[in-house]
Amino acid sequence: MRPFTYERADSVDDAVALHGEQTRYLGGGTNLVDLMRLGVEQPDRLVDVTRLPYDQITVAPDGGLLIGATVRNSDLAVSWSVRQTHPLLSQAVLAGASGQIRNQATVGGNLLQRTRCSYFQDITKPCNKRDPGSGCPARKGENHNMAIFGHSTACVATHPSDMAVALAALDASVHVHSREGKRVLPLSDFYRFPKDDPSRDTVLKPGELITEVEVPPLGMPSSYRKVRERASFAFALVSIAGALKVEDGVVQDCRIALGGVAHKPWRAHRAEEMLRGVAATKENYLRAADAELESAHPLRENGYKIPLARNLIVRTMLSLGEGA
Amino acid sequence: MDSANTRGGAPPVPVSITLTVNGREHRLDIDTRASLLDVLRERLGLTGAKKGCDHGQCGACTVLLDGRRANSCLALAVANDGAEVTTVEGLAEAAGAAGEGGLSPIQEAFVERDALQCGYCTPGQLCSATGMLAEAAEGWPSFVTEDLAAEPPALDDAEIRERMSGNLCRCGAYVNIVAAVREVGA
Ligand SMILES: Cc1cc2nc3c(=O)[nH]c(=O)nc-3n(C[C@H](O)[C@H](O)[C@H](O)COP(=O)(O)OP(=O)(O)OC[C@H]3O[C@@H](n4cnc5c(N)ncnc54)[C@H](O)[C@@H]3O)c2cc1C
Ligand code: SF4
Ligand code: FES
Ligand code: FES
Repeated sequence: MRPFTYERADSVDDAVALHGEQTRYLGGGTNLVDLMRLGVEQPDRLVDVTRLPYDQITVAPDGGLLIGATVRNSDLAVSWSVRQTHPLLSQAVLAGASGQIRNQATVGGNLLQRTRCSYFQDITKPCNKRDPGSGCPARKGENHNMAIFGHSTACVATHPSDMAVALAALDASVHVHSREGKRVLPLSDFYRFPKDDPSRDTVLKPGELITEVEVPPLGMPSSYRKVRERASFAFALVSIAGALKVEDGVVQDCRIALGGVAHKPWRAHRAEEMLRGVAATKENYLRAADAELESAHPLRENGYKIPLARNLIVRTMLSLGEGA
Repeated sequence: MDSANTRGGAPPVPVSITLTVNGREHRLDIDTRASLLDVLRERLGLTGAKKGCDHGQCGACTVLLDGRRANSCLALAVANDGAEVTTVEGLAEAAGAAGEGGLSPIQEAFVERDALQCGYCTPGQLCSATGMLAEAAEGWPSFVTEDLAAEPPALDDAEIRERMSGNLCRCGAYVNIVAAVREVGA
């Protein structure tokens, strides 16, 4: 590991002022320290942001949430308010990593964790995300867990965060600070598709600091489901964050976001549109899922994600509809 | 330390930190790159916590960090200046069972239930179970908890397996580990 200096920021101004060219902000370190050990990340300075005054979850009068970026994943998941009003968010966080890692990981770090593509993590291999222009061995190589939506010739990786999938379904937005001031980014525009520049996962500019995540009220039943290669402590093959409101047998509103299928959480807008205003039946759920998956482009080894995603959508909507 | 990435030639960066480990305060001069695990094992001679993977994937390095279970391999020591750490060596004392042969309740249950074979994962399992039981006592749900808006359920086997999934055991002693945790969690 390359030597680095360590600074602890006490305020946002402090943090952004300390950020230089080869600097990384340090949250729990559960992804960054790992990548530094692998040689993927080689910062010369770490700015620890875990003592910034952003460790609270505030409930707005309308039932929305303002979640501080240094809130630990465990504290977010077990928060009584989150469990009652946004259970899919609690479940998504609880579906991720292990009890130990959730105690260490922060909300900001979770959003910015890097892909688990094995070529990305192996510095002896080419990878356009780590080393722009070197190529993408995953495209024709081991790609059973890569993207089926929105990939490019340059990169076929997926975003690994479970929490981000729930936040995508919730229309959350991310508050970021830099020396130029503050901006608020809707989560839908926060992550990027790889296109011809997979080195950037998000639209963040160098040195921008995440301070809070804003979540509007939901007001309908919701849940998070995750399919993985073992029962627990594994990244998603495919996951879904869903919410559904049914009245008199008719879908009033719904949310569907898929994880493990793209370079960013995949909001299933097409399926959602087809479902609003139609009967809450299995046939309609199937039709909407199939329509959504028409735009999928599986690679050699990951065609299985299409039926998996379809079944997850139908299963999740059916079980959410049962309560209505 | 792997050498491949030190070629830049930048010199190591020394820092001083204080750690309270198993009730004893230590002032330490360390390299910013040192993990909490390496400091415990190599500087303080506390070799209970194990380095199974060094990537957060096995749980063998689990300790209690300011009262919560954490993977010490991914925790930078410098970022935990001032922290209180309990390792497997301090579990009995922390449970008020110090002294000759004194064991904490979960240690006792592991012995009773034969919850180990080679023992390599055991210190991590014990610290993780200790932290997990405290989480459950505080009412934390898990991913297999049916209704998040209700009071959390008793720790049945499914709950225990899910909550302990960050601790792998290559000997496959899981059946008895679950039994030992169930006994103390009941
Ligand atoms: C074995 C293992 C299994 C895992 N399984 C899962 C899983 O199933 N699902 C899942 O979702 N995740 C999983 N994870 C990933 C885990 O959730 C992330 O490592 C964690 O959320 C990162 O948070 P952190 O605070 O430790 O981030 P760090 O490692 O500290 O930082 C990650 C990145 O975010 C940047 N950063 C941190 N905070 C800020 C901020 N406030 N503003 C701007 N930049 C910031 C850092 O510079 C760095 O680039 C797993 C991790 C491991 C090791
Ligand atoms: S899929 Fe993306 S991250 Fe993986 S090797 Fe290709 S460019 Fe790198
Ligand atoms: S050594 Fe820390 S989790 Fe394996
Ligand atoms: S007892 Fe051998 S690894 Fe668990």
